[in-house]
Amino acid sequence: MTEPILQTIGITKSFGALQASQDISIDLRPGEIHALIGPNGAGKSTLIKQIAGGLRPDAGQVLFRGEDVTPLGTAERARRGLARTFQISALAMEDTVLQNALLGAMGAGGTAFRFFRPALAQRDLRAVAENALELVGLSAHAATPTFELSHGQRRQLEVAVALTLAPKAFVMDEPMAGLGFEGSKNLTNFLDRLRDTAPILLVEHDMDAVFALADRVSVLVYGRIIATGTVEEIRNDPDVRVAYLGEDA
Amino acid sequence: MSREQILNAAVMLALVAFPLWAWAADEPFLITLTTKAAILALAGVGLNIALGLGGLVSLGHAAFFGIGGYAMGVLASHAQLYDPILESPFLIEGTKSMPIIWLVAITASGLAALAIGALSLRTSGVYFIMITLAFGQMLYFFAISWPAYGGEDGLSIYARNDFPGLNTLDPIQFYIIVLALLAAVLLLTSRLAKSPFGLALNAARQSPVRVETVGISPYRLRLIAFTISGMITGLAGALFADLNRFVSPTMLSWQTSGEIMVFVIIGGVARLFGPVVGAMLFILLEHLLGGLSDYWHVYLGVLLLLIVLFARGGVIGSLAGRGKAHD
Repeated sequence: MTEPILQTIGITKSFGALQASQDISIDLRPGEIHALIGPNGAGKSTLIKQIAGGLRPDAGQVLFRGEDVTPLGTAERARRGLARTFQISALAMEDTVLQNALLGAMGAGGTAFRFFRPALAQRDLRAVAENALELVGLSAHAATPTFELSHGQRRQLEVAVALTLAPKAFVMDEPMAGLGFEGSKNLTNFLDRLRDTAPILLVEHDMDAVFALADRVSVLVYGRIIATGTVEEIRNDPDVRVAYLGEDA
Repeated sequence: MSREQILNAAVMLALVAFPLWAWAADEPFLITLTTKAAILALAGVGLNIALGLGGLVSLGHAAFFGIGGYAMGVLASHAQLYDPILESPFLIEGTKSMPIIWLVAITASGLAALAIGALSLRTSGVYFIMITLAFGQMLYFFAISWPAYGGEDGLSIYARNDFPGLNTLDPIQFYIIVLALLAAVLLLTSRLAKSPFGLALNAARQSPVRVETVGISPYRLRLIAFTISGMITGLAGALFADLNRFVSPTMLSWQTSGEIMVFVIIGGVARLFGPVVGAMLFILLEHLLGGLSDYWHVYLGVLLLLIVLFARGGVIGSLAGRGKAHD
């Protein structure tokens, strides 16, 4: 078995009496898309936050490329190549598309603390940013203010910013949310190719997308992983059918 | 050239032409008035880096303005009495040299901003406003109760400090120094805003999580911005004290912080020339309305209210249109 790139070992987190994560161990292997599904309130967002660095687990470890990153913050994990996209777009709305992409290039290159030369004049940063925009198909909108983008385009820009980090793994929180049929289809095709760049831990509600993309699926219910397996195994798992897909699914 | 750039050029031209006219017409008071406006503008340009670019509403910038002022006061008062500041373990003498005073003012206010920022930036929103206000007031009461440098009465300096090759007592020559510094700082600020640092700082204001997820610490960005901001306001403080040949705790009071913020808001938050226009307008109103009534601040209040309600981009925003994501 290949060494996992991203791994959680026995992550536990509770808020008062609510056990949001109970002894969660999942891993992400090279070249795969690992989907995390579960009903609302199952603790998906809490788990993602602990993996990406916004929240410290009460117990357990997060390993990224063999290193224990549990004590590190979001920014430090990002610098090590863990790229995250958000459920609700977290972009600098007043800035242009290119400026948002440049931000990623600056973070990745550790060049955010250059004070004199205009960012747009720095060829090294620009090349990384423009390349990422090209990949997601946003080149034509480079000079557009971000608030003018459609919902789907903002999603694409989120992915582009993540790409500028030259990531070793992606953590994506519901990238399909709010996209129409056409938009979901396009993004599904894009993510399908993206897994060769870096593996993706995908939290998603859109079951068509999950079943089309995922190499493996983990099902989270009430803070506990009740099953992990291929799409086929998950579809036929009796516990999953009861807890999540609905008994008569 | 965009409308804002044309407007900026016009303001710069006025800052050159008006005092020259006043000089030719032998109106030294008007030159001094413009000098005051330019110095206050410089203080505002400093605050605008924290407030406009970083979104950090600091109600404690009087601290840096006052530290700059006292840096000048302490150095010059020792120099005029030929009384060294420190004799052992090594000798530190006072000085009347402006460049050295500026350097000390910038360093001292920068260090203060670093310390105050490091603590205050752990909070945000209204707590940040309150904690910066508290630090400012701490320094204010410290200055009042510190008898060595005049306490509540402040500190007078007999003659203006020296600048090599210029007669600083001549209003137009002192004005040239101030204008050159203001222009240099404006140039550096415009570069800063477009630099990777400026881009990241501006993004951290709009979406801190975004900046964090690309591996940049918003706290570090803000701390550096706050420090640069304090250094510029400190330089303005040293010049202001030199203009009046007088420093007092008033420079450190929270009203001063408020006034600096008023310049920025009147002119236009996050606009390069916003504080310049704001300070000019403030001084103009003070001069024109101050003659009519002691309560001229009432009119200022009305103006401020109108700007906040109807012209969020301040004067520059109203004249030059909404800020475009800079090119």
